[in-house]
Amino acid sequence: MEKRVVFRSSPLPYLLVLPQLAVTAVFFLWPASQALYQSLLIEDPFGLSTEFVWFENFENLFADPLYIGSFWTTAYFSAAVTALSLGLALLLAVMADRVVKGAMTYKTLLIWPYAVAPAIAGVLWLFLFNPSIGLVAYYLKIVGYNWNHVLNGGEAMLLVVIAAAWKQVSYNFLFFLAGLQAIPKSLIEAAAIDGAGPVRRFWTIVFPLLSPTTFFLLVVNLVYAFFDTFGIIHAVTKGGPGKATEILVYKVYSDGFVGLDLGGSAAQSVILMAIVVGLTVIQFRFIERRVHY
Amino acid sequence: MRLNRNAILLAAALSFAGSFAQPAAAATEIQFWHAFTGPLGEILAKQVEGFNASESDYQVVAVYKGNYSEALNAGVAAFRAKQQPHILQVFEVGTATMMAAKGAVNPVFEVMKAGGETFDPAVYLPTVTGYYTDLEGNMLSMPYNSSTPVLYYNKEAFQAAGLDPESPPKTWQEFGAALDALQASGSVCPFTTTWQSWVHLENFSAWHNVPFATQANGFGGLDTTLVFNGPTQVRHIQQLGDWARDGKFVYGGRRNESGARFNSGECAMLTESSAGYASIKAQTEFDFGVSSLPYWDDADGAPQNTIIGGASLWVLTGHPQEEYEGVAKFFSYLSSPEVQAEWHQQTGYLPITHAAYDLTKEQGFYEQNPGTETALIQMTAKAPTENSKGVRLGSFDQIRGIIDEELEAVWAGTKSAQEALDSAVERGNVLLRRFERANN
Repeated sequence: MEKRVVFRSSPLPYLLVLPQLAVTAVFFLWPASQALYQSLLIEDPFGLSTEFVWFENFENLFADPLYIGSFWTTAYFSAAVTALSLGLALLLAVMADRVVKGAMTYKTLLIWPYAVAPAIAGVLWLFLFNPSIGLVAYYLKIVGYNWNHVLNGGEAMLLVVIAAAWKQVSYNFLFFLAGLQAIPKSLIEAAAIDGAGPVRRFWTIVFPLLSPTTFFLLVVNLVYAFFDTFGIIHAVTKGGPGKATEILVYKVYSDGFVGLDLGGSAAQSVILMAIVVGLTVIQFRFIERRVHY
Repeated sequence: MRLNRNAILLAAALSFAGSFAQPAAAATEIQFWHAFTGPLGEILAKQVEGFNASESDYQVVAVYKGNYSEALNAGVAAFRAKQQPHILQVFEVGTATMMAAKGAVNPVFEVMKAGGETFDPAVYLPTVTGYYTDLEGNMLSMPYNSSTPVLYYNKEAFQAAGLDPESPPKTWQEFGAALDALQASGSVCPFTTTWQSWVHLENFSAWHNVPFATQANGFGGLDTTLVFNGPTQVRHIQQLGDWARDGKFVYGGRRNESGARFNSGECAMLTESSAGYASIKAQTEFDFGVSSLPYWDDADGAPQNTIIGGASLWVLTGHPQEEYEGVAKFFSYLSSPEVQAEWHQQTGYLPITHAAYDLTKEQGFYEQNPGTETALIQMTAKAPTENSKGVRLGSFDQIRGIIDEELEAVWAGTKSAQEALDSAVERGNVLLRRFERANN
């Protein structure tokens, strides 16, 4: 049975959280409610003629095969970004954890990319892989591979996944490293005395003990891939070629801000909001049970 | 933290000094939001300075608001928040959006009349103003920067391929032969293009006198539908697709990314806006030529005339009447032959008045800069028909995006021209119906 400590209620705690609540209300609740309302309207950009249409914007979206396609693109993109950045970060963290000489330098260098803004990260990779002037594209051409992400959807997807994952590796690395250092050395030493090799020690001791960190990072990375990668997509591919890299959040932008279709765009952002809420709930309810604290 | 504090002090000092540089409070401020940076932004700033120096009652304040899409968005958002500027620069694809927003726009012909400025629509070049004029012949926005696509070619590459550098291909048939010769001479990129939808569908349709959309390309009303999947367009796109497959046409991107590949000498021919002239001249180290857009000579009515791209200045409602008098004065200043001729000669954009065109001729500009008159001849050689006045469609920016996506599928060889254009028409029509509904 759980024990609950009940404090006598006083207005002070409410007063203390009030600033935070106010910020949330102004910067999240109010705009979110505006989006909800807007998603039920068909309106011209200047707001001169407005028609209340109930859920027609949503019906249109789900009748549109391109919108459904964007779902799959997003699923594929976020899974790839999350897997790649988590995997790489874990590998780097395990290696950095063992290094004795110059450890600080390695760590600092590995953390650096996190300070780069998404759009800059995108442009950086774009320069490397640009079919006309990119260095990597040039070397690929020498070894006989004609890289052209402007026309090849698979290559475009690969490029944005690499750019997005590269930027996130640092963040994950930091948390994995902290997680690794929190694992008691005695456990690992005991296993070593029992004759477990490094691989065995990693999979039976380190990895399970890291699971709270991994779980937390999984949530953070998925949300990152869903939303924060906008800058990278915008800078590198603009959702193209075709619709190959148009993830949901980019479609919200292109329909709302390029197409000036506010109702349809608002409906998409409402759906996006629901997805993220749903994902987070699922993760905490089902996956968290399997996490060892 | 000493450095930081100094930096803050410096910033404060600068902004303080800056506030003195603002126009004196006595003059009425006219807000002008635009989308120009770099050399174009500097020329625009000079025009504004010129006007402000000639005027004591009004001061135009030019504010850069990002690229065309971003500037339009800023204007729309500001209007909704009742903070709109007096003048907003809107690119040509936003024209239908602005025209449909009747309560938000103060038509230019009315602004000029109410402002007491002499305003005669006949002084303007009809092929330029036609894009921004309603069916009754009223000019709704002030054309600012207008250009039309032309063919640029590398004379040295022509020589290397055994082609005559002084007779560029006039038709797409001759163009195909030139591509063969260039490829045979070892060119890795015989041809590339910028703005594929604008050049190879919108202008192509006008140039061949076939419709891009019904209702006179949308000039006749919002109930227009796309029809650019006709045989003339399909044939052209299929030909480009075949050239792409054979490595004779190399696709470089949706906007003007390919320009760099022509400037570097990698690509031998380029279809690009006439306004690209200044940067091509500045960045190329080889001799290049400018020629009119090729046409299929077995197509009826070709060549007709090409249409414009670029942007115009829209006046937004919601300000006191006397401020619009300042707007009218500014427009009169911009339309004056000297300002227009200078703008035309420096940027490669078209002059908007006959007087500016004549002045440029008198000054001998076209003799000193061969090829610069190509765009004007191409646009004014024939009186425009219903198919060649321009294109006026709602959600046009997005429709262009759809066209880009479908054309990319043709260049990649995953769709035939017919399939791609049929699909683009179908997808674009959905947006047109939605726009019609939102603006009724």
